[in-house]
Amino acid sequence: MTLPGPLPGIALTWQVDGLSIFFGLVIATISIVTSVYAVGHGRHQHSFRGSAALYAAFIISMLAVVVAADAFTFLLAWETMSLVSFALVLTEHHRESVRQAGWVYLTMTHTATAFIVAAFLLLARETGSLAFADWTARAAMLDSGTASLILAFGLVGFGTKAGMIPLHVWLPRAHPVAPAHVSALMSGVMIKLGIYGLVRLSFEWLPVGPAWWGALILALGAASAVLGVLYALMQHDLKRLLAYHSVENIGIILIGLGTALVARSLELGAVVAIALAAALFHVANHATFKALLFMGAGAIDSGAGTRELERLGGLLRRMPFTGLCFLIGSAAIAGLPPLNGFASEWLTYQSLLSLGRAALEPQIALAPLLAVGALALTTALALACFVKAFGVAFLGIPRSAHATAAKEVGPLERVAMATLAVACVALGLGAAPVASLIGALVPAAAFSADSVALGLATPVAGRLVAPGLATTLIVLGALAVAVPRILGPIRTRVVSTWACGIELHPINEYTSVAFAKPIRLMFRDIVRPVREIGVVHRAGTRFVASVHYHSYIAPVFERYVYGAITTGLVAVAQVVRRAQNGSLQTYLAYLFAAVLIALVLAR
Amino acid sequence: MSEPISMLGIASAQLALIVALAPGVNGVVKRLKAILQGRRGPPLLQSYFDLIKLLRKDVALSEHASPVFLWAPAVYAAAFATTALLVPVLWSPAPLAGWADAIALVGLLALARFALSLAGLDTASAFGGMGSSREVAIAALAEPALLLAIVAVAWRSGGTDISGMSGWLVAHGAAALAPSQLLAAGALLIAVIAETGRVPVDNPDTHLELTMAHEGMVLEYSGRLLGVLLWASAVKQLVLFSLVIALFAPFGLAFTSAEVPFALAAFVLKLGALALLIALIESSSAKLRILKIPELLGAAAALATLALIAEVVVG
Repeated sequence: MTLPGPLPGIALTWQVDGLSIFFGLVIATISIVTSVYAVGHGRHQHSFRGSAALYAAFIISMLAVVVAADAFTFLLAWETMSLVSFALVLTEHHRESVRQAGWVYLTMTHTATAFIVAAFLLLARETGSLAFADWTARAAMLDSGTASLILAFGLVGFGTKAGMIPLHVWLPRAHPVAPAHVSALMSGVMIKLGIYGLVRLSFEWLPVGPAWWGALILALGAASAVLGVLYALMQHDLKRLLAYHSVENIGIILIGLGTALVARSLELGAVVAIALAAALFHVANHATFKALLFMGAGAIDSGAGTRELERLGGLLRRMPFTGLCFLIGSAAIAGLPPLNGFASEWLTYQSLLSLGRAALEPQIALAPLLAVGALALTTALALACFVKAFGVAFLGIPRSAHATAAKEVGPLERVAMATLAVACVALGLGAAPVASLIGALVPAAAFSADSVALGLATPVAGRLVAPGLATTLIVLGALAVAVPRILGPIRTRVVSTWACGIELHPINEYTSVAFAKPIRLMFRDIVRPVREIGVVHRAGTRFVASVHYHSYIAPVFERYVYGAITTGLVAVAQVVRRAQNGSLQTYLAYLFAAVLIALVLAR
Repeated sequence: MSEPISMLGIASAQLALIVALAPGVNGVVKRLKAILQGRRGPPLLQSYFDLIKLLRKDVALSEHASPVFLWAPAVYAAAFATTALLVPVLWSPAPLAGWADAIALVGLLALARFALSLAGLDTASAFGGMGSSREVAIAALAEPALLLAIVAVAWRSGGTDISGMSGWLVAHGAAALAPSQLLAAGALLIAVIAETGRVPVDNPDTHLELTMAHEGMVLEYSGRLLGVLLWASAVKQLVLFSLVIALFAPFGLAFTSAEVPFALAAFVLKLGALALLIALIESSSAKLRILKIPELLGAAAALATLALIAEVVVG
């Protein structure tokens, strides 16, 4: 389909194929649910009216990205999406921290766009066209050096939007400060468009490349997954914690995508199918549970007035509905069977093992096998993190007056959260139909279906029949409750919790920071915790007046990667500044010199 | 084996066997430890007496307990009872072999851990929080070792289906002695010791130590709920022991009904050997400081990695 463009001679072209439909479905479904939530959540906020129009524009621009058929249309939609989401991040722009986060986001997203433009210009130069269809048709014309360069540019550009480490730094800043329904869309859906771009680039616009392309993405994915979850564990602002989990889950998706790419270069079609299906399935699953969890965090924020974990506690009694939905979301993101997070992680494991078995060269076979260890560490740490998040916020006794006075959210918010909680269960139980749907939409991700109804089966003799597993769990759970009753009735006495004889007080409860302490110490070389203790003495005595305790995580990437870049840029700016002294005569001299040089060169 | 009735029969029989045998394994390990330490030790059936007594007792429930606390034992028990159907114990294939594989088994362990560590935080007790915090940290390190060891066997045998892996080993008898197999066995054994909360990772005999993990989480449980939890923990232990046997010494597994008595004898013998090994380890080593556990479990992951390298590179 072609529409007249904003300038004469430029038309906006659109196309809808299986991949567009898949991502479009994810965008549309999550957007509808978060919009219902937004109506309830934003009702009492004066800034809501203005941001509602932007919100609609944000959704439309995301849909436009996945149906754009040429580079110009794509970039127009992509920039609209980035700028509108920047404006949405700034909804509460009267706060200094929000403005700063918005600034970081704007810088990062524009750097990313610059890299995407560079990749697109190279593709356009090589193929002589701006249309995606021509890029796909002429992909074989690209020589491997140029193709690698395009992949590198695309990886930086799309990787930044996706939140891949080390390009993730905007994500834990921008997502927490945006309103809950916006963060749900940004974290659940928008960052997936980075994955969309990478899939288009690596599977359609570029020729079959060397195995190191996929291995690089696999390694970056494993690093994002492990580091993302480790940083998430160190957070105690609920939305910041969730934002780091987006880094983790993008890592899991990239592990699948990288595996698919390695298999593609080795021409192992069956492995490509499982790995790509795993990556796309995880895209849908992460969109579902992350949008749910962000809405839950928003519900806690409006219900209890804070999302600082150390001030929450005991919310399950006060907000039981939100609690149940958040519990289902937590179990899903922690990769517990029979929910959806487990299904796609299971497929990812299967793809890693399949590649390990099918690859003939040992060095290629080892990489996916060792990635199994990274993925296992990630899922186990994610479980730890969500035991912490749910346990500290919803269980125990309230740690502040805010939490004691918490109120359940309104019906619209509850409907929205319940819809996605049901979706987490449905996508888990329906893993097999969903996988065949993905296969039907994206032919490269279609792996041969099993004869077992509703079950997934892979070439490495792995099987997962989620409905059967769920039924077994329910039946055996019921037995565990029923069988002891044969021994006769028992009574239940309500007593106080044992606290070594003293009265139970919230300060005795395990806090979020304390809960993560063993993990913080075990991985201290990676997360670099810093503890500062300042003791102030009473003047002239040795008596302690006060003790200040401050503990934080050293910002490794900000300090060493981005710090170096900013220092370099500032140094360059200092040099340039000498030439820019503001005097008119100097600029005239520059002009004269330039004309002179031009004349000499043109002679 | 294809009719649902006989599958249900086999599943019930295997579940009954595991559930009935599980507390006894604890009794045997305790008795062996007592003999090694020159004590007489409790009667072999003491674990059963304790559990049945607990199951008949009233529950003292904390005033702060939420439904999570009440439902956690059911989820915990359901997860381990399901894993009991995944491992081929006497018969191959295992009852649930067509539905779930070794990765699902690891997932079910995580489901149980999620339920119990949330329950630990639920009553606002500092002991519960401490136990939960340590449990999830230790498990985070044990899980990579567990999965890498499983993948090391799966890579050779061709699949993640546990019955398939055992079947492959039975068919290729000598393959069980490959160096990679021994390395992976070491890794899995360490991971199993960590998962079952045994010395040197945790001490199952005490909840007075401040280094406890599992006992801390269940401190607020009492009566019938505690009984269900402890029985399920025993089932978990037996299932993980059976997993070690299935992945590294499945010989004697029955493929026809005539072989079942022999398979039972072989299984009991192998289980006895494993119990003796555990008793020896528990008697000869001291519990590690919690911050030393990463070194042990890191070594397990390294062993499993070496197993993979040995397989893929050496062939």
